[in-house]
Amino acid sequence: MSASIFRKMKSSTEDSAADSSHRPRAIVAGHGDFPGGIVSAVEQISGRGGVFRAISNRGMSGQDIESSLRQASVDDGVRVFFTDLPGGSATLAVRRMMRENPEIVLITGTNLATLLEFVFQSDGDAVAAARRSVEKGRVALGCFGPP
Amino acid sequence: MPIVLYRIDDRLIHGQVVVGWGQPLDIDFIVLVDDNVACCDWEQDLYRMGVPPEMELIFADVAGAIRDHDKYASDHRKGILVTPDIPTMQRLVYGVPYIREVNVGGVHHRAGRTQKLRYVFLAADEEVQLRAMVESGVKVTAQDVPAAREVPMSEVLGDAEPEARTA
Repeated sequence: MSASIFRKMKSSTEDSAADSSHRPRAIVAGHGDFPGGIVSAVEQISGRGGVFRAISNRGMSGQDIESSLRQASVDDGVRVFFTDLPGGSATLAVRRMMRENPEIVLITGTNLATLLEFVFQSDGDAVAAARRSVEKGRVALGCFGPP
Repeated sequence: MPIVLYRIDDRLIHGQVVVGWGQPLDIDFIVLVDDNVACCDWEQDLYRMGVPPEMELIFADVAGAIRDHDKYASDHRKGILVTPDIPTMQRLVYGVPYIREVNVGGVHHRAGRTQKLRYVFLAADEEVQLRAMVESGVKVTAQDVPAAREVPMSEVLGDAEPEARTA
């Protein structure tokens, strides 16, 4: 896979976060600029964007997506994945990885509230934090206005 | 015609297919034609998770898809047929003369392939296969999502000048 195709986006503060011993504890993967964008929003609100490594599936085959996620998981030693769309290619790639590694936890339909909950809990058990963050994300979704 | 899109896409079931095309075309079923997936229950379970519950996902190998194409075509619902690669679609097209249009939606980078579009990379033998489909009378175009420009295969392969883009 060429470097031009392998697009790995880090949040703007990931380097500084690494300096302060905040290695990524989860991977955010999905379409287009969604991963980098939502991680930048986490950084803007919490200053903890470095908790996540953002990986876009843009321009990648299914095999390349899986390879990049697998490599990032090994590099960072993380087993928690957040993806955007339940039927998206990043989600399917993680599901493939789960076949070999049942320790992996996957959260799909990720929104900003989900990630914010995770970053404020992720100093302990990342898997437990991921599971709790799902509830926050679910209740954050609302509809206001005329019926 | 119930199959409203014949698509080549190496990701098979993913956001562009299920949502990007599926919603505007009001799709009720997808036929996934892949010899490897057709014989693997685990792979099928994986792809089933990628479609909403109201959408039917049918798995077939190429021989089965050729055999059952009339059944898909007589379905009152609308569907998409997707193959993982160009050779699979070519075999299908040769087996089902009714297929007159093919969409190249995602053939991504791999060793030996050259980039043609942002989402289309082709090896020499794949170019030959696409040309053969075109010469057999099939309209072959590249288009990743409905809102994108439909790119004629002659332009993808460098046989024609790019059409003027519209805003």
